[in-house]
Amino acid sequence: MSNTYYHPEDLKKFAAIGDFQKELADKFFSWYGDVFKEGALTAREKSLIALAVAHAVQCPYCIDAYSTDALEKGYTEAQMMEAVHVAAAIRGGATLVHGVQMMNKVNQLTM
Amino acid sequence: MSTLSFQQHPLASSQRQLEVLSRSNAGKPFPAFREKLAASGIWPLQPTGIEVLQVNVGKQCNQTCRHCHVDAGPDRKERMSHEVMDQCLHVLKQHDIHTVDITGGAPELHPDFRWFVGQCHTLGKKILVRCNLTIILANKSYNDLPSFYKSHGVEVVSSLPFYNASRTDKQRGDGVFDKSIEALHLLNAEGYGMEDSGLQLNLVYNPSGAFLPAAQQELEAQFKKVLLQQHGVRFNSLYTITNMPISRFLDFLLQSGNYDDYMEKLVSAYNAQAARGVMCRNTLSVGWDGSLYDCDFNQMLDIRLADGLPQHISRFNLESLNGRPIQVNQHCFGCTAGAGSSCGGSITT
Repeated sequence: MSNTYYHPEDLKKFAAIGDFQKELADKFFSWYGDVFKEGALTAREKSLIALAVAHAVQCPYCIDAYSTDALEKGYTEAQMMEAVHVAAAIRGGATLVHGVQMMNKVNQLTM
Repeated sequence: MSTLSFQQHPLASSQRQLEVLSRSNAGKPFPAFREKLAASGIWPLQPTGIEVLQVNVGKQCNQTCRHCHVDAGPDRKERMSHEVMDQCLHVLKQHDIHTVDITGGAPELHPDFRWFVGQCHTLGKKILVRCNLTIILANKSYNDLPSFYKSHGVEVVSSLPFYNASRTDKQRGDGVFDKSIEALHLLNAEGYGMEDSGLQLNLVYNPSGAFLPAAQQELEAQFKKVLLQQHGVRFNSLYTITNMPISRFLDFLLQSGNYDDYMEKLVSAYNAQAARGVMCRNTLSVGWDGSLYDCDFNQMLDIRLADGLPQHISRFNLESLNGRPIQVNQHCFGCTAGAGSSCGGSITT
């Protein structure tokens, strides 16, 4: 088996973070559970947001988890890919909008 | 795609399937289903009373779906005899079993299907037919099935694994989605699924892969919205069903490397409330040869009723069958995961 930093089976051990700091882990998991409950947004809508964010933060565990969750919640492949494009567009836009800062600096320095 | 039986695939053997189901996960055994029931205080699992006779009239089907727990297909020749159908009718006549649930294969392919439905109708039973939709268009002689169903008060229960073509066809075969929509239009035209018609058309969703179904109500809303807006199709209810880790779906799980994760998912999603409402508690399953089983899944795994009980419909005895211990195995985790799963959809809300 190849030795990598990420192991898919580690996702199942997520709760074990409480072994080293139970109080904070308990607070996190309780809050996490509440976040994904039905609220002003539906649990289904939150699942798609989570899928997009998982790609933006490039978390392989989250991508596995929320690809499964989005399938279970009845999203189509096209809907899931469009969510990834939204994440990519924000990331790409975030890079490009800094181009204005670069232009400001260049304009300040040059005659 | 051909059936496991036609391929002489090792998983065509129920014994081989049970061996796979008994294996451990990376050296760590899955908990036994019966132990979960015991911990929930429902072991031995017993019937609440037989209300539904589910009759599997044969394994022949015009489709060869990738997840089929029956391993049904065009090449399957197993078919219920007229004599066994008569024995089923005798039991229905003699006992207060209010519903007959006719399944297959595609039950409509049985040459005595219409006669059998007619007899059940005469007996005043509620009749469910598990219609795969495409059978209605498979041959001119089946085009009038919607009007036949209507004239016999049949409740139509039809599989449609998703509201788009790509995911449906991956599971059920190329072109199945479009044909299913066409068949649904014919059923709607007859009044099925239409408000106040009294003609029930219920769809069955099962995940097209190694994942669990979403909440039934939520998926039903999506199906209704998309099918109406994009295809002008109406239906009454959506039943969400979990794929059982047996037969062709078991083959898919093993081939795709998803078996251990899927079983772990089913086991960890065990729901005691769903276990209390499993369909085997109010249903008795009859195989094509008249053999009796606790459910259609046990039938396909050849898990017979407990020793000492009537094993054939000709020896039906309501009292002893109502007191039977229901036979369980590891596949039963499929019926108790999450909101639970039955032929009538999720067990809990």
